[in-house]
Amino acid sequence: MPANSFNNFTEYGIGIGLRVPHYRHILAEKPVVDWFEIISENFMVDGGRPLEVLDLILEQYRVVQHGVAMYFGSADRLSREHLKKLKRLVKRTKTPWLSDHLCWGSVDGRYTHDLLPMPYTFAAAKATADNIREARDFLEVPICVENVSSYAEFHASEMTEWEFLSEVVERADCGILLDVNNIYVSAQNHNFDPYAYLNNVPHDRVGQIHIAGHSKFEKYILDTHDHPVLDPVWKLYAHAVKRVGRTATLLEWDDSIPSFEEVHHEALKANQFIEKLENAAA
Amino acid sequence: MKRSKPTSSSRSSKTPRLEVRSRAELKALQSLMATAVFRPLTAHDGMEPRWIDGRKTSDLASAFIKPNDRLTSFDRLEIYNRVYWFRVLDCLYDDYPGLRAVLGERKFMKVITAYLAKYPSASFTLRNLGSRLEKFLRDEPRWIAPRAELALDMIRFEWAQVVAFDDEAKPAITPDDVLDARPEKLRLGLQPYLSLLELNYEVDEFLLAVKKSEFAVLRSEASNTFEAMPRASGREKRIRLPKRKRIHLAVHRHDNELFYKRLDPEGFVILEVLRGGASVEEACLRGLASTKRTGVDWSEEIKAYFNNWASLGWFCRFSKK
Repeated sequence: MPANSFNNFTEYGIGIGLRVPHYRHILAEKPVVDWFEIISENFMVDGGRPLEVLDLILEQYRVVQHGVAMYFGSADRLSREHLKKLKRLVKRTKTPWLSDHLCWGSVDGRYTHDLLPMPYTFAAAKATADNIREARDFLEVPICVENVSSYAEFHASEMTEWEFLSEVVERADCGILLDVNNIYVSAQNHNFDPYAYLNNVPHDRVGQIHIAGHSKFEKYILDTHDHPVLDPVWKLYAHAVKRVGRTATLLEWDDSIPSFEEVHHEALKANQFIEKLENAAA
Repeated sequence: MKRSKPTSSSRSSKTPRLEVRSRAELKALQSLMATAVFRPLTAHDGMEPRWIDGRKTSDLASAFIKPNDRLTSFDRLEIYNRVYWFRVLDCLYDDYPGLRAVLGERKFMKVITAYLAKYPSASFTLRNLGSRLEKFLRDEPRWIAPRAELALDMIRFEWAQVVAFDDEAKPAITPDDVLDARPEKLRLGLQPYLSLLELNYEVDEFLLAVKKSEFAVLRSEASNTFEAMPRASGREKRIRLPKRKRIHLAVHRHDNELFYKRLDPEGFVILEVLRGGASVEEACLRGLASTKRTGVDWSEEIKAYFNNWASLGWFCRFSKK
């Protein structure tokens, strides 16, 4: 049963990101994993080893695509070439939904390869929602947008981040990939209450949750995806699942990547929060 | 929700605040921030204190970025400036171990910083980040003097490996597919992932030695996290630079593994001419016209060439494109 109208895949359970250092282990040992998330751009190539590995993974596992370069929030229109390549991959993976970030990262064909923050204005929300609708109509697959971690806020902003996220997804009529680690990181960097964020996004649109580790610096926190999930983020996760119900959840670990078993073990900790919730409901 | 506390350096009255009430104003803000992000860092890995027009960068930053109780507008913008440069330099550092060994790490970092300042990434994927490095250094060889020729050979060789790793493979043609074709009419395409290189240095053996010594690997994955700025380690193990010697290389993949294969000069010419769209007959004639070798049974040699290349899957249907 879907937990809400944008969450048709609650049975997906707990997934992990498919990363190069784990390829050999996964292909040889075929561990039981609910699903893998792939970074779409790593497989938007014309041939070679990446696609061979992907096809082998697809024979055994469910795969969901997650992008880092669609840049829904860019003032420029989406690249039609990018969308065509992405659609080829969507057809290959048969991803049940596709996610990318609520951010911008390119201007006039120059790419920062970063997830840059949006000014939270109504005009920016409209431009972003238009881009999301265009992508969804072209790709013909449900889209979830992910809140990013950020280190800067703009004078131009007219609303909070969660109000902006809500405005965008309502206008675009799309789902949310709720990254609770990013909420925590941004809350620390911008002095807001992460629980206010969680309480005020449209819960009926959350289709997926991300969890990850981060790094603390003297004056800010950086989203580094190179650690286990920290306690405050697990607490936020517990609160999130209380609000949105059982939801496909994924652990991101992109740097200083430990063994497959260690990453998977860390991800599966999420189950205890879901089970606790369901036991309480029973 | 707590409110951010402005700091004394929060804002200058000289630069008006940027508003975002339209897509055009969103574009203006993003263009400004991107310009700041793409500007090279100072020698101390910080953001340039002066803007392009001589203004204080802090004045400019405070026109569109809020400060908080710990960081000024400048500090917050600088985080993105630093992350960008750490990420792109780290990527080229991993992709060009051979060029790094040719130039030495300090010079390599200067070269790639200058390159990226002139040619910011023009692709959604970091895979293509080095695609214009050869052009940049042919236009501005002072960056790689006095080893320009060797450095350019290495850049071509290392870029060919990026291409071989994941470029398109078209359906391969087997000898049976062209059994009845007449050589004067037959045109064969070469796989897009196959690069043919005529080089002045034995960069293939040199790169093997470099990789053996530092266990370098081709980057194969983009990530939206970053590592620290790559640094000259100070523990560089110098490997003897390659000898000057004309070589011909095919850089390709087989069973999705990367390979480089030395070619006879005649074989190289045949393949180059085939790639240019000539018939098999013409390619063979051009190959033979280029030879300086004597006493070779060329009919047997050419047959062996074609059998070998076909077995490696290098031939595909010819297309004028």
